[in-house]
Amino acid sequence: MKILIRNGRVIDPANNIDGVLDILAEFSKISKVAKNIRNGADKTIDAEGKIVIPGLVDMHVHLREPGREDKETICSGTKAALKGGVTSVLAMPNTSPAMDNRDAIKLLKGIIAKSAKANVVISGAITRERLGRELTDISALKQEGVLAITDDGASVDDDKLMLEAFKIAKVAGIPVICHSEDKALSAKGVVNLGLTSMRLGLRGISRESEYKRVARDIELAKKAGAWVHIAHVSCKESLDIIAKAKKNGVTVTCDTAPHYFALDESAVLGFDPNFKMNPPLRSKEDVQAIKEGLKSGVIDAIASDHAPHTENEKDIEFERAEFGVIGLETELAVSIAELVEAGILDWQGLVKKMSLNPAKILGLDKGTLSAGQDADIIIVNPDAEWVVQKETLICKSKNSCFLGRKLKGAVEYTVLGGKVVYKK
Amino acid sequence: MSWNRKDLLGLEELTREEIELILATAESFKEISTREIKKVPALRGKTVVNLFYEPSTRTRVSFEVAAKRLSADVINIATETSSVKKGETLIDTGRNIEALKADIIVVRHNASGAAAMLARHVSISVVNAGDGWHEHPTQALLDIFTLKEKLGRIEGLKVSIVGDIAHSRVARSNIWGLTKLGAKVTVCAPKLLIPPAIEEMGAVVTNDIDAALKCADAVNVLRMQFERDEGAAFPEQLEYFKNYGITNERLAKAKRDIVVMHPGPINRGIEMASDVADGANSVILEQVTNGIAVRMAVLFLVAQAQDKLVVRG
Repeated sequence: MKILIRNGRVIDPANNIDGVLDILAEFSKISKVAKNIRNGADKTIDAEGKIVIPGLVDMHVHLREPGREDKETICSGTKAALKGGVTSVLAMPNTSPAMDNRDAIKLLKGIIAKSAKANVVISGAITRERLGRELTDISALKQEGVLAITDDGASVDDDKLMLEAFKIAKVAGIPVICHSEDKALSAKGVVNLGLTSMRLGLRGISRESEYKRVARDIELAKKAGAWVHIAHVSCKESLDIIAKAKKNGVTVTCDTAPHYFALDESAVLGFDPNFKMNPPLRSKEDVQAIKEGLKSGVIDAIASDHAPHTENEKDIEFERAEFGVIGLETELAVSIAELVEAGILDWQGLVKKMSLNPAKILGLDKGTLSAGQDADIIIVNPDAEWVVQKETLICKSKNSCFLGRKLKGAVEYTVLGGKVVYKK
Repeated sequence: MSWNRKDLLGLEELTREEIELILATAESFKEISTREIKKVPALRGKTVVNLFYEPSTRTRVSFEVAAKRLSADVINIATETSSVKKGETLIDTGRNIEALKADIIVVRHNASGAAAMLARHVSISVVNAGDGWHEHPTQALLDIFTLKEKLGRIEGLKVSIVGDIAHSRVARSNIWGLTKLGAKVTVCAPKLLIPPAIEEMGAVVTNDIDAALKCADAVNVLRMQFERDEGAAFPEQLEYFKNYGITNERLAKAKRDIVVMHPGPINRGIEMASDVADGANSVILEQVTNGIAVRMAVLFLVAQAQDKLVVRG
């Protein structure tokens, strides 16, 4: 099987390519990127006027299986991913059972082999049942194939335990992904602490609860010489701390999610739980800082923190609703609108944040269009306008914070391992 | 000026003109309660459902009396919520009430935003009778109505609100309403009971009760809910009375005709001395009387707006 993608604007930051080129994929690999490839392909796709980039790598996705198949399954989540142009996802370990031992991971790998539509890679838990009390056998998890460890949704409060985790992760050669939140400081909050929490009469989540824990996580990682990755950065102070650590040579990377640069806390004022996430939507100044962080490179990656929840758990009283929003189907279009159209990132920059860099962080051989690479390629129509609607989202849950928003930029084709797996 | 909202969820979203319209409507309704036959047919054939998820006597009774004086049929539903039940009941209950062809739901709920959520899910009118710490618009409206009746105006008045501001929906609604009408609001409480960013709502903050009383035209004293489990934030009861309780000694240093208000029920000897509650400056019972007129006005206006929506189709 040979696929030829013709005349698209090919953007591949790993090879510093931005130009109108053809791509030939043979079997599962990319065989050639050049002008006017003349080769008897089985299938030719005309990509004139379209953008052709490596498939996106989303390093923060809750697929909910095993345990909460009513919210999402490996199958439904990866279908949604392909529609959003995401060809590889890192599955978060807060499933039931949690990914805290080899058997659980074997079980997950079995489900992936059977039902995943996209490339799913796995993260393991730092502590047993993600309770922050006892470390998992991190080396064993690594042998089972996890690409990172994280207790996402929780942070390990015990400094000694966390330091130990960093030390073992360093030996295992995998990054530790930190949901940096001091729950003693976020104190059952549900929205950003300040005028928003005051106006709504809801408990607030302080910025301190995030950035103090970011500082601690970086400090411990530095002590252990380990790779720390801070997930879903939402506030300015966290970025300042990360920027400083980077300057001082600490191995730290971080990501943010589209809602942290596309929305600010004012979105919450109607008590719509589709704007409830953790960390919470922050101030306009924070949104600005996140955009600057993306531009300057302090923020390495964009990840969706795709967190599906059923309507029964989401469309209820705000303070009782679950935290989190879905994002696989909207992350690319939202990022195009808020970053590329707004002149904050160029296309190469966007591809770095959404494909190349997360692949590098996870040690995945993805995110480029070099010859010999897996042919994970997406074709994007940058001018296609669409409105985010419950009815057209294919994710099992519909808790999007972008419902009703008009977006520009849609995936027309997703090619995974040399096969067309999604076509608009 | 006409009223176009099917719901009353809070004072934050209202304009000054809308608040003034409610007050003017209440003024015209107040006289009805003094008649021998205390009833007008304004809401005849309408059904008002009081849906109370929190214990309340005075607000519920006040709404019931208000609805009945307008000739509406009233149904009271009192129910307990449990956070474990994840609130599945509120939307379902609201839809059931709508299916009964009721016209207005008056809702009291312990979750902030509950009234707004209900209003999103039903097309009949929703009146917020208190949601969590968020708003209690009719209480603030009756406070403002009483103040205006006593002092003749709101513009330029200095009003101090004393007590647990952080957890008070009465405080929030009063701050929005009073500042929109041009009053200067001071809030006074121990530091831990002052929420962050309250200055950005237009209120001045002090921890000194004497300073809060000194130039005030009125003081609104909030009920201290010691049953609330907020841990360290709450002072000891006696300590609180000593530092923040409204006593005649403290009032002696304030303006002679300072208006003393309380949304009730009063903890006598905790936030307010008994002789102050019953004293010459107290308008606490007048507030209760005015509550009827204000709630009549609110029920009347939302029902009218609903009728207009129906006519427009």
